[in-house]
Amino acid sequence: MSTPDTREAPVTGEAAAITAAALALGDDALVLSHRLGEWAGAAPVLEEEVALANIALDLLGQARILLSLVGDEDELAYLREERSFRNAQLVEQPNGDFAHTIARQLYFSTYQHLLYGQLAAGDGPFAGLAAKAVKEVAYHQDHAEHWTLRLGDGTPESHDRMQRACDALWRYTGELFQPVDGLDLDHTAMESAWLDSVTAVLGKATLTVPAGPRTGAWAAGAGRQGLHTESFGRMLAEMQHLHRSHPGATW
Amino acid sequence: MTAVTAGTTGTTGAPGVSDGAVAATQAAYEAVFDAAVAADERIEPRDWMPEAYRASLVRQIAQHAHSEIIGMQPEANWITRAPSLRRKAILMAKVQDEAGHGLYLYSAAETLGTSRDELLDKLHAGRQKYSSIFNYPTLTWADVGAIGWLVDGAAITNQVPLCRCSYGPYARAMVRVCKEESFHQRQGYEALLALSNGTEAQHAMAQDAVDRWWWPSLMMFGPPDDESTHTAQAMAWKIKRHTNDELRQRFVDIAVPQAEALGLTLPDPDLRWNEERGHYDFGPIDWTEFWDVLKGNGPCNDQRLSKRRQAHEDGAWVREAAASYAEKHTGKHGEAQA
Amino acid sequence: MTSDGWPLWEVFVRSRRGLSHTHAGSLHAPDAEMALRNARDLYTRRSEGVSIWVVPSTEITASSPDEKDPFFEPSADKPYRHPTFYEIPEGVKHL
Repeated sequence: MSTPDTREAPVTGEAAAITAAALALGDDALVLSHRLGEWAGAAPVLEEEVALANIALDLLGQARILLSLVGDEDELAYLREERSFRNAQLVEQPNGDFAHTIARQLYFSTYQHLLYGQLAAGDGPFAGLAAKAVKEVAYHQDHAEHWTLRLGDGTPESHDRMQRACDALWRYTGELFQPVDGLDLDHTAMESAWLDSVTAVLGKATLTVPAGPRTGAWAAGAGRQGLHTESFGRMLAEMQHLHRSHPGATW
Repeated sequence: MTAVTAGTTGTTGAPGVSDGAVAATQAAYEAVFDAAVAADERIEPRDWMPEAYRASLVRQIAQHAHSEIIGMQPEANWITRAPSLRRKAILMAKVQDEAGHGLYLYSAAETLGTSRDELLDKLHAGRQKYSSIFNYPTLTWADVGAIGWLVDGAAITNQVPLCRCSYGPYARAMVRVCKEESFHQRQGYEALLALSNGTEAQHAMAQDAVDRWWWPSLMMFGPPDDESTHTAQAMAWKIKRHTNDELRQRFVDIAVPQAEALGLTLPDPDLRWNEERGHYDFGPIDWTEFWDVLKGNGPCNDQRLSKRRQAHEDGAWVREAAASYAEKHTGKHGEAQA
Repeated sequence: MTSDGWPLWEVFVRSRRGLSHTHAGSLHAPDAEMALRNARDLYTRRSEGVSIWVVPSTEITASSPDEKDPFFEPSADKPYRHPTFYEIPEGVKHL
């Protein structure tokens, strides 16, 4: 009765912010890992099966740690509705051809590397996790950059495919730098570092930095607000179906 | 060293040497080879070996490698639907291992002078086989568990003796494969155990999967000894160490108590302990089904092969791109000058 | 031996500091940089190594099995190269 709301509110606010941040980062990792898992058995060469699976497994590991910080990992992954997922739209984009997958990897891992680099340097609740993840992500970025060079500066066909992929995914990259509750980061600095890095890689790969806008024209928002693209609902339907068919079961 | 000049050493006589001298040299080489095999020494890539030995190894290793990569499909079918994040991570790691095992095995085959491209072409053209077990569908999540327990269990029973195979690179690849496979079988068993101890629906799912995978798993050991065309020679060369029937019996003896511990039954009314033999007796295997699936009439033969072909064709532009990039940027020592 | 123009590489892994690199196996890669990365993913995914070498298979010069005798037999009859050749009185240490 006498407990003043004013004393509780900041604590709740902070906890809610940490939850929001953990969901944003965790959902990014969970969803991208799922997409990469779809490549199993269909990669362009056997060596790349192993590489893509390594990245998917790193991301799934990150997702499990992040989701477990704020709840039961399986409840969060399997029982939330589409609108409750906080991942950026970039990571839910379908695999497309290998060029699309690599462009998505390039954009995302460059961002994630900067993000975890900043988090690891801080003393927030994600510093410990970020210190480990930043090493994994550095490798993901390296993998994406090497493939971007080879596809961009490979054959005329691979160049065209890679350019198309970079163009198509460009509009999903702006969202990555919107402020996220609970993450005390310098988004402006991250965004300009991201642009520098991606511009340099694309240039080296003889690709053109896409000219279009980096955000969609829809004012309703994007993934971090729980608004997703059409293919995401199907992805979740597939991912959640079995778990939801057996309520309360242990696996 | 691997594949350097594999397949070229000592198979022909020097120019100008008479046929008789060549024959004498061949006989001498053969004697050295036979003695090495008899002494349980390993044959290495640059050693002289009978052409039939080489061909037999290429056939077996290729089939083994193909089985690993085709075998990714039935399990990958469930990666996107795995019911918990823990199971999903395990399954992804397992399917990844299978790609790795395929790679180790193709490498072993390459030491015999056959490139991976050639082997893949033969697989894609349907001219080389892979294990028929992968022509069965994975219809429920429990199939992932049943594959781990029964299919990997049968594979391990087959593969452990191959770690002592007379051909060095194959034996070494198998040591690596077997070390990694042990987790595959255990995770399958654990997944089935969770289902068996779970809800009624989960238990039924597990039993249904075991019912469907039991007999095909027994067929994995190949036709009975008196019908197996390759066994005798392969054993003489110490490529194979036990007959199909011996290995099949060993597997049954191991699996029966494991099934009991799972709380699941095996779909064979004739299965019972035979005190006299010290083994479990089991019912007759439907070899008609085996030969039929082998011939291409299994439920998934077309599907598996066309998915594999599709992946290979879809990846062609990627492989070409990387090769072309390397050509443009590679110095003479193979360093990409990126 | 190529996979659509990707040469074969031999992979050597140092499993931990203080040990030499040993042959782990081979793989295909378009160039050295990718070969290293593929090797890392394939041969050290269970933390089996701390350092990797990759060598194009065609760059390896191997002794021929026909030379086996002249190459390796002479050392087999020089047991005095091995410390166990020498008898040391019991109780003498640090030798």
